[in-house]
Amino acid sequence: MSAVGRAGLVCDVEVATRDVAARIEVAPGETVALLGPNGAGKSTVLDVVAGLVAPSRGGVTLGGRDLTGVPPHRRRVALLAQEPLLFPHLSVLDNVAFGPRSRGAGRAASRDLARTWLVRVGIEDLADRRPARLSGGQAQRAALARALAAEPELLLLDEPMAALDVDVAPAVRQVLHAVLADRSVVVVTHDPLDALLLADRVAVLEQGRVVESGSTSEVLTRPRSAFAARLAGLNLVPGRWDGLAVTHADATVTGLPVERSPDAGADVVAVFSPSAVAVHAEAPTGSPRNSLAALVTDVEPLGDRVRVRTRVGDLPISAEVTPAAVVELGLVPGSRVHLAVKAVEVRVHAARRT
Amino acid sequence: MTARAHVGLPRWLYVPALLGMVFVLLPLVAMVSRVEWGDFGSLVSSPSARDALWLSLRTSTTSTALCVLMGVPMAFVLARTSFPGQPVVRAFVLLPLVIPPVVSGIALLYTFGRRGLLGSTLEVLGIEVAFSTAAVVMAQTFVALPFLVISLEGALRTAGQRYEVVAATLGAPPRTVFRRVSLPLVLPGLLSGTVLAFARSLGEFGATITFAGSLQGTTTTLPTQIYLERVTDPDAAVALSLVLVVVAVVVITVARPGRGAV
Repeated sequence: MSAVGRAGLVCDVEVATRDVAARIEVAPGETVALLGPNGAGKSTVLDVVAGLVAPSRGGVTLGGRDLTGVPPHRRRVALLAQEPLLFPHLSVLDNVAFGPRSRGAGRAASRDLARTWLVRVGIEDLADRRPARLSGGQAQRAALARALAAEPELLLLDEPMAALDVDVAPAVRQVLHAVLADRSVVVVTHDPLDALLLADRVAVLEQGRVVESGSTSEVLTRPRSAFAARLAGLNLVPGRWDGLAVTHADATVTGLPVERSPDAGADVVAVFSPSAVAVHAEAPTGSPRNSLAALVTDVEPLGDRVRVRTRVGDLPISAEVTPAAVVELGLVPGSRVHLAVKAVEVRVHAARRT
Repeated sequence: MTARAHVGLPRWLYVPALLGMVFVLLPLVAMVSRVEWGDFGSLVSSPSARDALWLSLRTSTTSTALCVLMGVPMAFVLARTSFPGQPVVRAFVLLPLVIPPVVSGIALLYTFGRRGLLGSTLEVLGIEVAFSTAAVVMAQTFVALPFLVISLEGALRTAGQRYEVVAATLGAPPRTVFRRVSLPLVLPGLLSGTVLAFARSLGEFGATITFAGSLQGTTTTLPTQIYLERVTDPDAAVALSLVLVVVAVVVITVARPGRGAV
């Protein structure tokens, strides 16, 4: 019997009707992000692992158990979807207590367990509410508590934040980050930030096949698949946190930690959008900006803006500027420029061990 | 319940709508206007009338219970499983909705009657069904069952299986999913289906008189009584009709189909 919440998964399956043939492995306690464009088969893989779709070939083993022919309710695999799908006729507390109750625990014991999970996701004061009276973020927290209260050996998350408002997503992401540590998890996502923050490893699925897999920062900084490359549209500087800035062999970037400040020396990533990067001919002086000497490698129109790809040492950094700026600065591949990034535009996240 | 949006309707639409409402309501008004209010009490409390009303309420309640017992599993099987020939099965289950009740009565007679398919077998066992109160219940159940099945199956399809899937991944075995998720979610549909089945049972006439005949206190239900009185005592027929309408209105308003539906 494996420890609760951290069984290793081997899923090597083919689903002929949906043209999916993929092998996904999750080590005990590891979080794997499944990335890929719409229709790539990500949800099919989750359905197979959860027992909702039978593979035409291959099988799934969880913690050494062969799950072939095992019905969903005996798999100990919980699924959290984009929509919270809280049972509308039960209170939040009874929703969360549903898993333990179903597996034979008494009413009082189940509710006690449910309360502890509501506390962990930060909505203990909403225990008696009906799901209809929750906001999107609250409902998704409740759904997460419900999934975890069922004490699954593996948790499947299918775009858990896709349906949330932009302003509540960070808080839910933080809760996920806290409760997923040391659990076996497969998370399907479109958001590179989710992958960065939640996952130890990523696998990129295209047309039903795994086209790329590896540690998160590896895949996002040196993407080999088209999808990962598109995801990596964000600038990303991995490094160590020195209390104020992220230090990397080629660059030092000052930024603001998203969560509580990481410990000094911790592995972190600085993330900023290309539109937050300004391009100058001379190094800007006397301003609280990050300034990086860079070499332009590519200039590419992007709607009414221009994407300027550069290298800072070995680090790829993109900037988005106006066509006027490109003309004014005479930007062509090979130009030497200085990039300026406001510290407030740089988000610093703790990186998962890689 | 949220306020309805005012997109508006084309004005001509109100004319046929109004016409339809008048068409439905006018006969009721006409009937009520014919009631001899002075004799109303004695008309509806005659022994034969009281027997008929009491029998109708008893048999309709019993047949509604049978409809729930058989119809709920039928709706679940039709909505949640797929097997070869399922569309054909569904069509046959819903057949009593569209065939004339008198035909249903004849079909029952040739199944459970003394010379019917199962009649001789039942006779050996000492059971005689036709022209008994049991026959009244069977006739009502036969015609009312599809009402419950069709409204519950619709509710199940509308609700979808997403909640059931979530429940299963949380470790709930099928019996728990059924009891704690599926049934509560379709409760409004079940309730309206039950009300429809009761109303249909209460009004059943054609299959009942064919299969069960008319014996006061045993098989003469209120609709049958009204049909018989229509010739001999029109005033009594009108008074009893009003009773039936009132009972039906009470049932429908207590549990209006669609009320509370999501």
